[in-house]
Amino acid sequence: MLEFGTYKMADVLFYIFAGLTLLCGIMMLVSRNPVNSAMFLVLTIASLAGLFVLLEAFFLAAIQILVYAGAVMVLFLFVIMLLDLKAEERRRLKILGIAGGVISVGAIGALFFKSLAQTPLTATRSPDFHAGTIDLGKLLFSQYLLPFEIVSVLLLVAMVGVILLSKKDLK
Amino acid sequence: MNHVGLEHYLAVSFLLFALGLFGVIIRRNVLVIYMSLELMLNAANLALVAFSRFNNNLDGQVFVFFTITVAAAEVAVGLALIVALYRKRQTAHVEDLRTMKL
Repeated sequence: MLEFGTYKMADVLFYIFAGLTLLCGIMMLVSRNPVNSAMFLVLTIASLAGLFVLLEAFFLAAIQILVYAGAVMVLFLFVIMLLDLKAEERRRLKILGIAGGVISVGAIGALFFKSLAQTPLTATRSPDFHAGTIDLGKLLFSQYLLPFEIVSVLLLVAMVGVILLSKKDLK
Repeated sequence: MNHVGLEHYLAVSFLLFALGLFGVIIRRNVLVIYMSLELMLNAANLALVAFSRFNNNLDGQVFVFFTITVAAAEVAVGLALIVALYRKRQTAHVEDLRTMKL
């Protein structure tokens, strides 16, 4: 294991990916052009995939890149291009909206810190934890077979619904 | 020696969720609000994967797998709704969509 001073390589990578995730999230919020927002969301999702790799969830990291950064964000960009959205003109931010945002974020933050302070986090990573694609697939096709099939039906329903919704005259 | 533990991942997940919530409340563009919703979903996914790894239990990862699938379906339906709304009203700002407001 590579070491930098007292820090392990994985810890350094954690701080890099976490910082990148949060930075791109903030940039997504503050950029006025929706295309820039979408691009920063792609970067956020890619660095989240890095965090998944650090947590040894390799299959989920691949799925995150393929489904989110690939399919979902292409859909977002298609819609932005289709609607031909201009950069948001500088509207005055309502003081009420900002106050509401700060209050709700503060409430959730208070909940988070209170529950974190009360719970002793004794969980540790055991080194012989097998979380490969094979183990995930075995679990998915034995214990979680019924939810898996239901999700496939859900995707079909969503597809039919989208085709119906995008017809010209909704009648 | 500083070791990254579960609480670090939970803190990142919380901050990401807070960013998404803040975006949903203060942004005015429907599409950006939708992207902030995706950010909140991703924050929940990160917390689930972290719990799964630190409790040495694979069920959390299966749950995240289902979440990603449902999110993909949800994005498709939501964007179709936004496009239908834009065709009717020619706007993507929540302030201009006030038909159901008193």
